[in-house]
Amino acid sequence: MASDRIFGLVTLITAVAYLAAATQIQTNLFSGEFLPKLFPMLIGGVAALCSLFMIFKPDPEPDWPASGSWIAMGVAIVVLAIYAVLLKPLGFILPTIFAAGILSYQISPRAKPAMLAGIGLSLGLFVLFKFALGLGNIVAYRIPTPAKLWDAISILIPFVGH
Amino acid sequence: MDILSNLALGFGVALSPYTLFLAVCGCFLGTIIGALPGLGPSNGVAILIPITFTLGLDATSALVLMTSVYYGAMYGGRISSILLNIPGDEPALMTTLDGYPMAKQGRAGDALVLSGVASFVGAFLATIGLMLLAPSLARVAFLFGPAEYFALYLLAFCTLGGMASNNQAKAALAACIGLGIATIGVDSSSGLPRLTGGNLHLYDGVDFLVAIVGLFAIAEVFFFIESHGKGSSIGVKLDKVRIPWADIWETKWTMLRSSAVGFIAGILPGAGASLGSFMAYMTEKSIAGEKGGFGTGVPKGVAAPEAGNNAAAGGALVPMLTLGVPGSGTTAVLLALLMTLNITPGPTLFTDRPEVVWGLIASLLIANIVLLLMNVPMVKIFVKILMVPAWILLPGVTMISFVGIYSLSGSYFDLLMMVGFGALGYILRKLDIPTVPVILGILLGGNMEDALRRAMTLSDGDVTYLFSSPIAIGLWVAAIAGFVAPMFLRNILKKPQAITD
Repeated sequence: MASDRIFGLVTLITAVAYLAAATQIQTNLFSGEFLPKLFPMLIGGVAALCSLFMIFKPDPEPDWPASGSWIAMGVAIVVLAIYAVLLKPLGFILPTIFAAGILSYQISPRAKPAMLAGIGLSLGLFVLFKFALGLGNIVAYRIPTPAKLWDAISILIPFVGH
Repeated sequence: MDILSNLALGFGVALSPYTLFLAVCGCFLGTIIGALPGLGPSNGVAILIPITFTLGLDATSALVLMTSVYYGAMYGGRISSILLNIPGDEPALMTTLDGYPMAKQGRAGDALVLSGVASFVGAFLATIGLMLLAPSLARVAFLFGPAEYFALYLLAFCTLGGMASNNQAKAALAACIGLGIATIGVDSSSGLPRLTGGNLHLYDGVDFLVAIVGLFAIAEVFFFIESHGKGSSIGVKLDKVRIPWADIWETKWTMLRSSAVGFIAGILPGAGASLGSFMAYMTEKSIAGEKGGFGTGVPKGVAAPEAGNNAAAGGALVPMLTLGVPGSGTTAVLLALLMTLNITPGPTLFTDRPEVVWGLIASLLIANIVLLLMNVPMVKIFVKILMVPAWILLPGVTMISFVGIYSLSGSYFDLLMMVGFGALGYILRKLDIPTVPVILGILLGGNMEDALRRAMTLSDGDVTYLFSSPIAIGLWVAAIAGFVAPMFLRNILKKPQAITD
């Protein structure tokens, strides 16, 4: 009940914001005044209707996980986001050991197997990608300057990064 | 005799030793992908697309490889359905109904081989149906103008939404999310950015591969974190595997009927494979009646959904190739593959690039035979692979997804977006909002909008132009019926619930 209503409200706000943005779409002589706006406005309208439907006729509550799992998933998202920005400045092997190891630990919380899984996956996949498949833009390791490292991390901090 | 000469062309393309090798690799890989719990056909194909792309294979080889993976994953999906009671994807749900009870009776080997044969029959007949039907449908498709195409896309979203979800509003919302994402980026006619929020990274739009891998593969990780990887161990024993000739002979009519039912269901744009296996199972159940014992582990209950499922997978290729409208989640991913290879499906594909179409059809036939030969003797090896624990498998899948997407553009932004899509996918699936319409929306949004714009330009803004031809009216009626009908049919046609221990 409540989760459907909350989600409906979030999508309703998004749909209205989307509609507002759609009315502001820039046009020029080639596109005509109306055509670039027509389709987004249709979608926004339908989405808003569906959101209202979800708010007023919600389905039964799904089985949400316990709070511990939420924390684990939050950690997983943060780890994956950090992994995403560090893959370039640090190269493949080191970030992958940590990211794969932490994910593994969260699926099955045993430290030693998780560590081994991280190391094994990192080295194994590197060999697979680099030598078996020949993917060019994967680099084993890079040693970044502190400034570059800060550049990468700051992407994740709102209003600081670029 | 057109078909035979075309088929000869196709085999000429697809039967070189190199492509044959790729087909065998693809089938093997696909079966593993399908068999691993948490890695269904759509995930598997989605993760492999960027990697195939960076390998620099030419269009035909890539197509052969990926269709083999696609068919292989359809085959492999039944292994986890039967042995673990975990359907690899939505259509495989029906196979668990009789497959798992049969495995618990100690007939796991029989069920696996029988379902393999049924898959072969379904897929083989569907490929022949595809050969016969697709060229004539491609000729009809030449009659389609922008108004008809717009109605057709609408039909796909409506039927998909009707079938995929228990709540029409949620299905429609999912389609809107996808279509909304598709509108982000530089507008094709004005050349000005739209709805990007000033973010330079979004000027190119959102790559559908990022969304597919995020929604399918990364979201799966969150489900495994939630469940701590429980429920993925084998509860039944697999003894010596031999071929159950008696069961195969007994179910021959079931397989043929289910293939026909599945194929027809698969052709409907948007409805796809889930409907195929569902209809096939329900048809056979009502033919067998009460004493048929469906649901208790009878061979017919295993053969029917598998034949129907695979026939639907073949049938779904008909609208995908001729009209560019996929019929299921996996065909949507296959469409993404074609678009990545710069092949635009549609009626002109059959005349402009016959070698691609017929090469694809020939490789489907080859993949089928390879899979049948591979599956019966090697089923034990595939079962061994099921033993890979989730805490190695899922991190591995995640890292492969990251590398795949990273190798596409080398940009951290796509990776962050993929993680975002993963979180979105988790929430959507928890709330019973189907994710396939999101993918379809991102894939087809551009085309759908183009069709609408052309229609509006041609008619000078006259809305009635959208309903001006009999084909368009028919499609609109079908779209509305496809969206509304499931609301009333839902009480009559109840989906059988999965069996729990």
